[in-house]
Amino acid sequence: MKNSFLVTNRSVLVFLLCLALFTLGVTVLAEATGAGVISTSFVKTLGKTLCLCLIAIAMDVVWGYCGILSLGHFAFFGIGGYAIGMWLMYARTHDIVVGSLSNDVIPATSAEISDAIGTQIFGVVGSSEFPLIWAFAHSLPLQLAAVVIVPGLLALVFGWLAFRSRVTGVYLSILTQAMTLALSLYLFQNDSGLRGNNGLSGLQNMPGSDLGQDVLSIRFFWASAVALGLGYVLFAFVISGKMGSVIRAIRDDEARVRFLGYHVESYKLFVFTITAMVAGIAGALYYPQAGIINPAEIAPIASIYLAVWVAIGGRGRLYGAVIGATFVSLLSSWFTGGGAPNIDLGFYEIVWTDWWLVLLGLSFVLVTLLFPKGIGGLFDYITINREKGPKA
Amino acid sequence: MLRALVMAVSIVVLAAAAAAQDLQSVLRTHSEEIAKPSRRSVQVAIDDLIALGQPEVPMFLERWQGKEVYQWDTDGQFYYVDGADPFDLIDISTGEVVGQAPKGELSQIKPNAGVRGVIGTALVQFQLQDPDPERRIAALDAIARDGSADQLEPLAASIDAEPDAAIRARKESLLQMLTARFGDATEDRVAAIEALSTEVSVDARAVMNQILTSQNGVATELPDANIAEIREPEFADAYAELVAADLAEPALSADEIKSVLAANIVEGRVGGIPVSTLSDPDARIAAYQALADAGTVAPLMTQSDMQAAIDAHVFYSVYDEPIAAVTDAAVAALKHMELKVGAMQTADLAMDAISLASIYFLAAIGLAVTFGVMGVINMAHGEFIMMGAYTGYVIQQIIPDYTVSIIVALPVAFAVTFAAGVAMERLVIRHLYKRPLETLLATFGISIALQQIAKNIFGTQARPLTSPAWLDGALVFNDVVAISYIRIAIFVLAVLFLCLILFILKKTRLGLEVRAVTQNPGMAASMGINPDRINMLTFGLGSGIAGIAGVAIGLYAKVTSEMGADYIVQSFMTVVVGGVGNVWGTLAGASLIGFLQKGIEWMNPSNTLAAQTYMILFIIIFIQFRPKGIVALKGRAAGN
Repeated sequence: MKNSFLVTNRSVLVFLLCLALFTLGVTVLAEATGAGVISTSFVKTLGKTLCLCLIAIAMDVVWGYCGILSLGHFAFFGIGGYAIGMWLMYARTHDIVVGSLSNDVIPATSAEISDAIGTQIFGVVGSSEFPLIWAFAHSLPLQLAAVVIVPGLLALVFGWLAFRSRVTGVYLSILTQAMTLALSLYLFQNDSGLRGNNGLSGLQNMPGSDLGQDVLSIRFFWASAVALGLGYVLFAFVISGKMGSVIRAIRDDEARVRFLGYHVESYKLFVFTITAMVAGIAGALYYPQAGIINPAEIAPIASIYLAVWVAIGGRGRLYGAVIGATFVSLLSSWFTGGGAPNIDLGFYEIVWTDWWLVLLGLSFVLVTLLFPKGIGGLFDYITINREKGPKA
Repeated sequence: MLRALVMAVSIVVLAAAAAAQDLQSVLRTHSEEIAKPSRRSVQVAIDDLIALGQPEVPMFLERWQGKEVYQWDTDGQFYYVDGADPFDLIDISTGEVVGQAPKGELSQIKPNAGVRGVIGTALVQFQLQDPDPERRIAALDAIARDGSADQLEPLAASIDAEPDAAIRARKESLLQMLTARFGDATEDRVAAIEALSTEVSVDARAVMNQILTSQNGVATELPDANIAEIREPEFADAYAELVAADLAEPALSADEIKSVLAANIVEGRVGGIPVSTLSDPDARIAAYQALADAGTVAPLMTQSDMQAAIDAHVFYSVYDEPIAAVTDAAVAALKHMELKVGAMQTADLAMDAISLASIYFLAAIGLAVTFGVMGVINMAHGEFIMMGAYTGYVIQQIIPDYTVSIIVALPVAFAVTFAAGVAMERLVIRHLYKRPLETLLATFGISIALQQIAKNIFGTQARPLTSPAWLDGALVFNDVVAISYIRIAIFVLAVLFLCLILFILKKTRLGLEVRAVTQNPGMAASMGINPDRINMLTFGLGSGIAGIAGVAIGLYAKVTSEMGADYIVQSFMTVVVGGVGNVWGTLAGASLIGFLQKGIEWMNPSNTLAAQTYMILFIIIFIQFRPKGIVALKGRAAGN
């Protein structure tokens, strides 16, 4: 079965091959494991880009295949990041606190340790009590479960409510955007229990390990690559076969699919929830590489950017989402990081750090208007030409 | 009242009796008390001075208080002085220069702070009867700021002769407040308190709170005093209070136990318990008990000991005011006032909510036209609001007069955003009518581009859009209810726009054609309407209104490149909640959201972020039950 699926989906094999080659290349060139051509910070950038590719293919499945323009998937991404961030922060603070208390003559009680950790973590928001949502922060397995379960549950409840009352199209987009806004506003409060606008920080350090950042960065890069590969296979599987056809049919004409006897809401709910869970995983891998997470990351604009990547890369094809996320996010860091040369027009100098967003916005309009298939659409020319070739 | 009358009469009588004397002679009589005054002895002198009833007395009292009176040692008389050494001597009655004296022969009269206070009190009655209303008001302000018992009588005496009705009313209300606090007879005070209970002013409520100040206390038995309440403090607080009142021994905190244990480690053990096991709180207690049993440390205060100590005492708070009838009346009055203030606050909140709803309505009405009527998602709508606000800002730079510049800014902002809207419709949206989700993304692209361009031109800091002076200030009803003129102006603008939009859509040819194209473009086209042109104009209209809303919002909030983004989600919510395709729906949506947000803020005033969060959650749930909004279109107009 697995075999036949992979055989019928050659593009999956090609993608996995490319991903493996890329991972191998980076490993060979990285500081910790090879020639040292690629700096640690760039390895992190590449690892983060892989995570963004993962959420982009999730977005592509929910939007490009199922036709739900969700502007909330970055919220699930953020929730995943927060879930893992809570453990990272708790465990690291725990290590530090236990280390400093071990000098005392009398060994510390567990209540004293917990108080000290609470003061360390929540001091910035003027509190020292552990909020209820930190109840499982001490346990890595539970927080890892939360990475998947919390976004999944939220998506399940929200999706059930929304799909049940037949909220579709732009209304659903606005509703998901509202959900994202509500979540980020909530997290911005100091008494949200997640340190308000300070967010969680110091996530780049792995508790209980003395590995340097160079080694950690390449390991996270590997983990991200594996996650992306598995995610790609999972989604390729979901959208292939009969189920994939139903999902695409829902995108093209929801009413007709319903009349054919399919329970449209279940399919949509399944797609919405599973993509939210994958988004959570992507976030959980992204933020330890970024080192910090705060509510601004979850703001509705991030989810819209996600849609932008997918649209530029090409909707309705998984590799399109990967291309879009890679291309736009790397280009964006090149432009905003001052990598692009400024253009002097004589009367005005175009500084790209200021004008990049204008360029992005306008190119986005152009892509939507003129190339609805995005960059991925270019591949069609190649395949069509090849197919035409022998006949001509 | 009787007292006041008696007092007034006695002053008149005394004044008549003393008319024969003059100021200087009275001073000579009391020269000992005046030259070396003490708080106690000076009262006699002041009483006589007041009894004299001559117009120069208040001036003398003021100068005396200001240490400006001198005694000439040569003749023992009192003078004011002027100039430099040798000083001119000025007669205290006539104000004329009567001679000169060197500095050495003059001794300055320096009353101490206590005496100056007594003089000040005596002065109040003169100030309260001063012919200049400004000075009377100043004296009343001083009393209102810092009332005291001895102002009561002069104030009461001054009321009958007060010519100005407003000042008289003020005096009467102040008299009531002073009576409530300092009156002699309990009935007077209770009556004054009951009279005050109908007021809602901050001053009146402050009087009640001043009467009701109380002190906390703890004792084995309830003392015989005017008890405010029996308190039941938390365990830890209660015990701390006992300790502070020296009624119990301080209990050791966990940290103190820990340091005691640390100081008593013998060969790795404390009281026979190994140090390594002391990470268990129970083991620590056991170790301490062992130490206490051995007599090394003081015995441990257990929880049950502490509880017993707390149970043996009563915690209360007692009013500073000893008369129970007064405090009871004040409590009742305060309750009555709070009820009234609550009603006023509700009214104030409702006005706030209306003005917030007006702002949401203004921000959303343009969107209601483009999204609601045309079904086009315009994510750049917020940026049109921003463009309108910046247009207003630029025009204020050119035209310095604020009134004129606002009047010019409104049509110019409309023109600018109308043009931008038409351009956007022609260049982008026209091609995407069949793909609404992509309209969303394309207009989002325009939105980020416009936002960044504004940032590049105007910078990131907020630009002011100053309202004309006649819009400053607020319409104040009383101490609780007030609304700023700018909010009223925004409300009026919102109402105007509601009427304007309704007029255009219902009564004009354009409106007819818009509705026709909305319902069935093909049929409209076959009737000779050009749907392209109508779509373009409708979109321009919606965008133009956003521009005008931008000017209004700019007056009320700051103008930044991100201001549009703050309103866009709220605006969409307003349109969706209200019901798409209907101006009344937008009005209903804006009202609902405005009132809801203010209501939630009122329940949790410290936290506007939480208010917004809960509001959005409410809207998400609301849409579950009424997916088509409050005002849902029916029949053909509903379309698909």
